[in-house]
This record gives sequence, structure tokens and C-alpha cells, in this order.
Amino acid sequence: MRILVIGGGMGGTIFANHLARRIHHEMKTGKARITMLSASHEHVYQPGWLYVAMGRATPDELVREQQSLLEPGIEFHVDPVEEFHLAENHVKCKSGKVHEYDLIVISTGSRALPEKVPGLKENSINCYTAENAVEFFKQLSDFKGGRIVVTVGLPHKCPMIPLEITFAMHDFIKDRGLLDKTEFYYTYPIGRVHSLENVAKWAAPEFDRMGIKYETLFNMKEVDGKNAQVLSEEGGAVKYDLLVAVPPHKGQEVIEKNGLGENGWIPTNRSSLHMEGEHGKNVLVLGDTTNLPISKAGSTAHFEAEVAAENVAAVIKMGRPVRSYDGKVFCFIEAGKDRATYAMFDYKTPPQPKAPTGAVHTFKMSYNKLYWATARGLL
Amino acid sequence: MSERVVDARGSFCPGPLMELISNMKMMQVGDTLELLSTDAGSAADVPEWIKKVGHEMVDTEQDGEGTWHIRVRKAK
Repeated sequence: MRILVIGGGMGGTIFANHLARRIHHEMKTGKARITMLSASHEHVYQPGWLYVAMGRATPDELVREQQSLLEPGIEFHVDPVEEFHLAENHVKCKSGKVHEYDLIVISTGSRALPEKVPGLKENSINCYTAENAVEFFKQLSDFKGGRIVVTVGLPHKCPMIPLEITFAMHDFIKDRGLLDKTEFYYTYPIGRVHSLENVAKWAAPEFDRMGIKYETLFNMKEVDGKNAQVLSEEGGAVKYDLLVAVPPHKGQEVIEKNGLGENGWIPTNRSSLHMEGEHGKNVLVLGDTTNLPISKAGSTAHFEAEVAAENVAAVIKMGRPVRSYDGKVFCFIEAGKDRATYAMFDYKTPPQPKAPTGAVHTFKMSYNKLYWATARGLL
Repeated sequence: MSERVVDARGSFCPGPLMELISNMKMMQVGDTLELLSTDAGSAADVPEWIKKVGHEMVDTEQDGEGTWHIRVRKAK
């Protein structure tokens, strides 16, 4: 079986390594082959950008050579796919090379697009690339007081980041003795401070205790840089001195260009993770690339990849898959002052976040180092 | 005019309303959307947002399996 993995991010890498370990014998005897195609030779631990923005990590700490993370036997090429020919079971890459497959796994991720909101890119900071996270740190370091506004676009990856970035900035400003000169104003698209009801019930009193003001049902429509204000679809206007954005996201352009999914999100079966539609039988979709109504987060890609790898191995060895994806997501929530909690949920079970503790924060900091074992399919 | 269905059953995060808002950004004025939700809160928070922004509620019903079907139209 020729297995082609598109994308060297969390989903693709965890899938390929888990599968390679499970079908080691079949790969050795030539009955199975795994090929990965990526747009980059680097693998980036994106959750670390939050720490870069706060001056608690540097970008190079978050990067490894992709080849070094892959199990022996996985063929790896830096050659982005430009054309998907799903009816003919092949893809064509930027180099012109064609790769045929029996099974394709698409895990190309998503990207922040501040340019989708008029005025947002020029007038705000965000931590969704290494460069932007460094710029975030510089502007926050130079901040001398005033109003910091957090504005949130939809959809976005890392659902905890609006809360985490607010708590983290509060610490940063407090540690620099600027709290009495600074007002925090948090906005959020729906009628509470977070999408998860139980997380919102915990976070709102935390905001109250810390003096962080908030406005809900606020969906940014445009940023008026001249007058330093964010305008909302609901008719609101909020003035800022420093604007912190969680920009709206899209999937990758190549997905849209090939007609695989509107805005780059591929219609995906919520249990089997197969692409919906005529040619989806030998197409699996992982991570942010799906259109599933669940968090666009590393842990989602991780748990989906494990299920997909186990199923593909079972199909090779026993002729049929063994598991369904149950919607499992696990997100740490950095709550400021070296405390953290977490939210774990699936399609049927809502999260029940506990009070933040130092122990969970320590575990999160440890996991930031342990992540490379997850990418290798070991943890 | 087109009609789309957004299946947000079992979605705790981002949740049905966030799914609806994301999808409405991709729609044209006059298009309709049917949101499927297993969250009883959707029957209240979707109309609240639709009214605040100025879109249009078409109808809301709950089927025998407990799923809410909430239909809205993009008005602006």
C-alpha cells in the first residue's frame, strides 16, 4: 500500500510515525510505503509562540528539522503539492513531480489572515507566526500604559489563546509596575468570555478579580487606525492604545484552489475522518484542515492522527478499521502567575475545568519540551 | 440564493454559535443557513446574536431526537 501524507505539521507527523511503528514489518518487506510531502524542512511547535510573545522563549527553541523527527523508512520530500487529482489517485508537486498513492492523508493546517479584516494587519499585533510573536514582544515591552484591547476573529486556531494571552499580558504588565497605568479590555464573539461554557464560568470571575473589563457579542468588522478604534458587526466601537488580535483563519490556499473545501476546510466525516464525497474513500483528513465543528488545536490533530494511524494499520493487517474518532480534545489553559488548568472534552462530554494550579502549569511547561516525543509518535 | 447546513451537533468548542458566525461570513446576502445543534442554549443565543447584528431568524424547531434546527438568513 502506498500511503502519501501531505503536510509535515502535528497531524501528518504524528500519523506517519505512529503508522510506521505499527507497520514496520510491512514497510521492511515492501508491502507498504509511507511518503511525506511538506512545504518546509522545519517542524514548528506553534503553541510555543505565546511564550515568545511574553519573552519566555525564543523562536529557535520551537523548531526542529522535520527529517529528524520521522521514523526510519518514511520518505520525506520538501516539495509542496500544487494539484490534487483525487479521481486518479495522484498529486502533482511544485517541482513537477507526480506522486501516486493508494491512500492519501491531508493535514495541511491553517493560517491566520489578519488582512481579512480591514485595518487589522496594520494596526494590531498577534502571535501566530514566529516573526509576529517577536514583534508582539517588542511592542508589549515598549508599552508605557494605556488601553490594551483583545479582539477575536472567527474561526481561529488555539481556542484558549484569547484567555491565555490576556492573563499572560496582565502578568507582564504587572511585573513591570504598569498595572495602575493600564486598562485591559477583552472582547469576544459570543455572549460569554469563552466558547466553552464551563471555562467561561471560571474565567469571567477571574477577569473581575483582576480588573479586566470585557465586552461580549463583539465580532470585529474593521479597525479604524486613524482613530485607534475597533468597530464591530454588532455596531460597537472600542478605543485602543495597543490592539492584540486573534485573527480569523483559513485553511491552506492549495485546498481552496483545488476545490477540496470552502475557505480551505475539507468536509470530513466526524467519526472515520474520511473526506466526504465521491472520492473520499481513500482520503483521510486531519487537524485544522477538516471542517469538523471542533477546536482547531494541536491536541485535536494529535488524537485524530492516532486514531487514523491505528485504523490504517488495522486495514493493512486485518482488512478493516478498528476505531472511530470520538471528538477528543485536550487543551491546557495558562491562567497567569504560573498557574494553569485544562479542558478535556469530546463530542458527548463537556469539559469540567478545575481551579488553576502550579502543578498543571509545571506540567504544561514540561510538555512544551516533551512535545518532540509526541511528534515522534512516542507520547 | 443558496442554503447551507451546518452540523454543530456535539460541538462544545468552538460551539454552535461560533460555527454559525464563521459560516455566515462565507455567505452572500439573502443566503440561508440551517444550524443543527444539540446545545439547548443555541435556541436562545443564536436569536440574540442574529437580532443584535441585524440578520433574520427564519424558524426554530427541535426534532424527536433532541436536535435543534435553527434557520437564519443573512440580511446585510
